[in-house]
Amino acid sequence: MKFKRMKINVEKNAAAFIHMDDVHQPTHDKNLWNARMKRDRMAASIPEWEQMRDLASQIKEHALTHLDQYVEQFVMAATKRGTIVHFAKTAEDHNRIIYEILKSHNATKIVKSKSMLQEECEMAPYLESRGIELIETDLGERIQQLSGEMPSHIVMPAIHKTTDDVAELFARTIGTDPNNKDPQELTEAMRNNARPKFLEAHAGLTGANFAVAETGAFVVCTNEGNADLTAAIPPLHIASIGIEKILPKTEDLGLFIRLLSRSALGTPATQYTSHFMGPRENGAELHIVLTDNGRSERLGKAEFWYSLKCIRCGACMNTCPVYRRSSGIAYGATYSGPIGIIIDPTFDDKKYSELPFHSSLCGSCTEVCPVHINIAEQITLWRQHMVRIKASKPSLHYAFNVAGKLFGSPKWFRRAEKLGYYGLKLAPDWLVYNKTLNAWGKNRQMPAIQKETFRDWYIKNRVK
Amino acid sequence: MRVGLFIPCYIDAIYPKVGIATLELLEKLGVEVIVPLDQTCCGQPMGNEGDQKNAAAAEALFCKNFEGFDYIVGPAGSCVKHVRQHFDAIPQTTQVQQIRKNTFELVEFLTDVLQVSEFPWTSFNHSVAIHNSCSAIRGLHIQSRSEWQEPRFNKTEELLHKVSGVTVKHLDRPDECCGFGGTFCVTDEAVSVKMGQDKVADYERQEVAYVVSPDMSCLMHQQGIAERDKSPLKFVHIAQVLNNGPY
Repeated sequence: MKFKRMKINVEKNAAAFIHMDDVHQPTHDKNLWNARMKRDRMAASIPEWEQMRDLASQIKEHALTHLDQYVEQFVMAATKRGTIVHFAKTAEDHNRIIYEILKSHNATKIVKSKSMLQEECEMAPYLESRGIELIETDLGERIQQLSGEMPSHIVMPAIHKTTDDVAELFARTIGTDPNNKDPQELTEAMRNNARPKFLEAHAGLTGANFAVAETGAFVVCTNEGNADLTAAIPPLHIASIGIEKILPKTEDLGLFIRLLSRSALGTPATQYTSHFMGPRENGAELHIVLTDNGRSERLGKAEFWYSLKCIRCGACMNTCPVYRRSSGIAYGATYSGPIGIIIDPTFDDKKYSELPFHSSLCGSCTEVCPVHINIAEQITLWRQHMVRIKASKPSLHYAFNVAGKLFGSPKWFRRAEKLGYYGLKLAPDWLVYNKTLNAWGKNRQMPAIQKETFRDWYIKNRVK
Repeated sequence: MRVGLFIPCYIDAIYPKVGIATLELLEKLGVEVIVPLDQTCCGQPMGNEGDQKNAAAAEALFCKNFEGFDYIVGPAGSCVKHVRQHFDAIPQTTQVQQIRKNTFELVEFLTDVLQVSEFPWTSFNHSVAIHNSCSAIRGLHIQSRSEWQEPRFNKTEELLHKVSGVTVKHLDRPDECCGFGGTFCVTDEAVSVKMGQDKVADYERQEVAYVVSPDMSCLMHQQGIAERDKSPLKFVHIAQVLNNGPY
């Protein structure tokens, strides 16, 4: 029974976001749809866009199917440049290794830039519970940190919040004027709040968008420059990198960097695209924690390894009509939206068993993906998995047991049609529109089952 | 040309006029149409939810009913998409593969197989919005996909332009899902309804009188929302427009 308590009820969470007020969900939908529209305009401005997507997909598939070689090449090249590489098999390893590095450097105050991998490993609470003071430096991540929430979007962590929410939060947490709701001034206030923390920090933690096997270098893309300050000021830089981030060659970056920001936000490039080639001079250290945390296991799954191609652009989230109505918070997971649905169950298929059903299967995610991940198809495959492990909704399971028999038998199907006609005809409105029993009728009029079916008509008019 | 007419379960029971319009239209176009009387459902509701075991009986029955036709035509994009692209709860024999390959949605059958150039027996003096379902767009490709840099086309719209009197208006979000999604519309009620309400609001912004679609299942959901909100919008299947009723 333990998993039942833990299970994420994504439908309920999404309904809460929709019914919260008339502002949050429509604003969320509008902002993300605008990102999708900007992405379309960017794509249209590049004649070779479709070739780029095909090529990126092929490079990712090549890299992942030769990952053992590329991991080795990357580690050797990075080590040669003076970077210290650590291997983490699990999230616990990842967190422990980082803590040990910090401890051996007497580092108790750290700044960090955005890293989905560190989120995935739940690193922040791990370090904080061991006395490390940790500050998120990405604006969206800092907002989420101050709110005690997970990021709700891969590249826009606080996109579910309005300016009013941020004004209220900053007034409460960093002492801004509660009536000041000017986005620029609020950003400036946080900038001033964060600056001294960079200067005081003993270590800076980043993630990486891409790692290059042939050089041992890695690339971090941001729009705020916070990763650059994080890496450039403190004497110790630790980067968490998932093994799937490795690309074979430096020249591949030309392709992936062109795709990333255009797909994510509809901008030609991120404001900062920083290449880290090795430790800085003057005795600073650079550590990489190369992390598996379930990736090689996923790579071995014939149906599900494709999700490892993901470059974390968030285009599938921006286009997803269900995500735009739900907010990322509803998914109760590090990764939300369509890509989250196919990644989260690889970590825990009981806790996230309802996520694959939180989709209208419209398929836009598959079509928008810059590396051609078959997301919608994988959502269906995850549904099959949930049915197999009996983690789908029991009510659906019983309904389909009945439907499966009815649809398999013409005779019983005809009887059910007639039963439906008379049943709905005779049932009073209070029953048909009962909000608990009938989810259709809560906000929709019921369609009428006809007395004369098409088949009845056909037999009467065409069969001699 | 012998065509087996595939009338999905919900059209049989709820929208018999769509079945009649499709049958009459194909007959007018000189096609020999046969309706297998033992048909029920293609298995999509179960298949979509991942329940392969319970989809198998429906899929097997579908094949039994539709063996031996030159084409199988159905006025429902999502059901046809299930047959063509999923439909793998049963063993994939040569016969099953043949049936899947020959199954067409009505709009694509009229456009690509029959290549119909005119519908002189009908007229429709209304401003209309088109709803091509996600299955029809991204699955069957009856319309270009906005996510792709590819030549723009819309087979439904091209057919409607051949009907006298029709004015087609375009939506702000032409290929945004309406939130029907099969079982999703009841398991995820709040999100489904919100998506439907946003879709209906888009129609209302364009001030159209009718919504025309090759997929009645999406319209069932959209119509339910529009009626609850006392909207004057009317919803019809494209077969009804092309055949001149019955409405």
